[in-house]
Amino acid sequence: MITLVYLARLRESLGVPSEVVELPSGIGNVASLLAWLRARGGAWASELAPGRAVRVAVNFAVAESDTPIRAGDEIALFPPVTGG
Amino acid sequence: MAVVRVQTEDFDIAREIDALRGRDARIGAVAAFVGLVRDVNDAVAVSTLTLEHYPGMTEKALAGIVDEAKTRWEIYDATVIHRVGELKPTDPIVLVAVSSAHRGEAFAACEFIMDYLKTRAPFWKKEQTPEGARWVEARASDDEAAARW
Repeated sequence: MITLVYLARLRESLGVPSEVVELPSGIGNVASLLAWLRARGGAWASELAPGRAVRVAVNFAVAESDTPIRAGDEIALFPPVTGG
Repeated sequence: MAVVRVQTEDFDIAREIDALRGRDARIGAVAAFVGLVRDVNDAVAVSTLTLEHYPGMTEKALAGIVDEAKTRWEIYDATVIHRVGELKPTDPIVLVAVSSAHRGEAFAACEFIMDYLKTRAPFWKKEQTPEGARWVEARASDDEAAARW
């Protein structure tokens, strides 16, 4: 299982704060996870489209597209940060 | 030990700086920055600002930024306090304070911590305006400010 967390504008546009899903087979890193989520279509396809500014954290650390994903991980998706 | 806190309530700047200083006679300088809620953003009136963050990652990210500052400058310690929840214009949002022997290191490290916080710590702002609520967009100028370091 992996935990997916959606934050700020993404939580609102996707309509879900978090979900726990079985790690799909063949999903080994951030890039393949994003592609899998996009395949849900609708807001998932548009919000996570290539070129959209989506940031990802794996286990509470900033991740890149080749960051590995394993069962048990918490993966957060969010827009560029705007604190301070 | 650096103080890193995320909280809804206001902070007492004098008390936080006193705590940062302690009775450490090596400290010759404390530089502090306080960020405040403005009543206008991009020419639109702002009535409230709601800040959310990613619990679990935020404190870790802030502590990492302070650690990075400590490797770059000879500073003794730092305090970073960031508020979340609903704020209104004139409310304090963030306090960064840094202690060191001399002012140059304290000023530089304080500015560095703020620039990195704005581009790397997981906080998001949502504004209430006369036209409705809107998420604040990240600014390229913030990325440029962080890239200077």
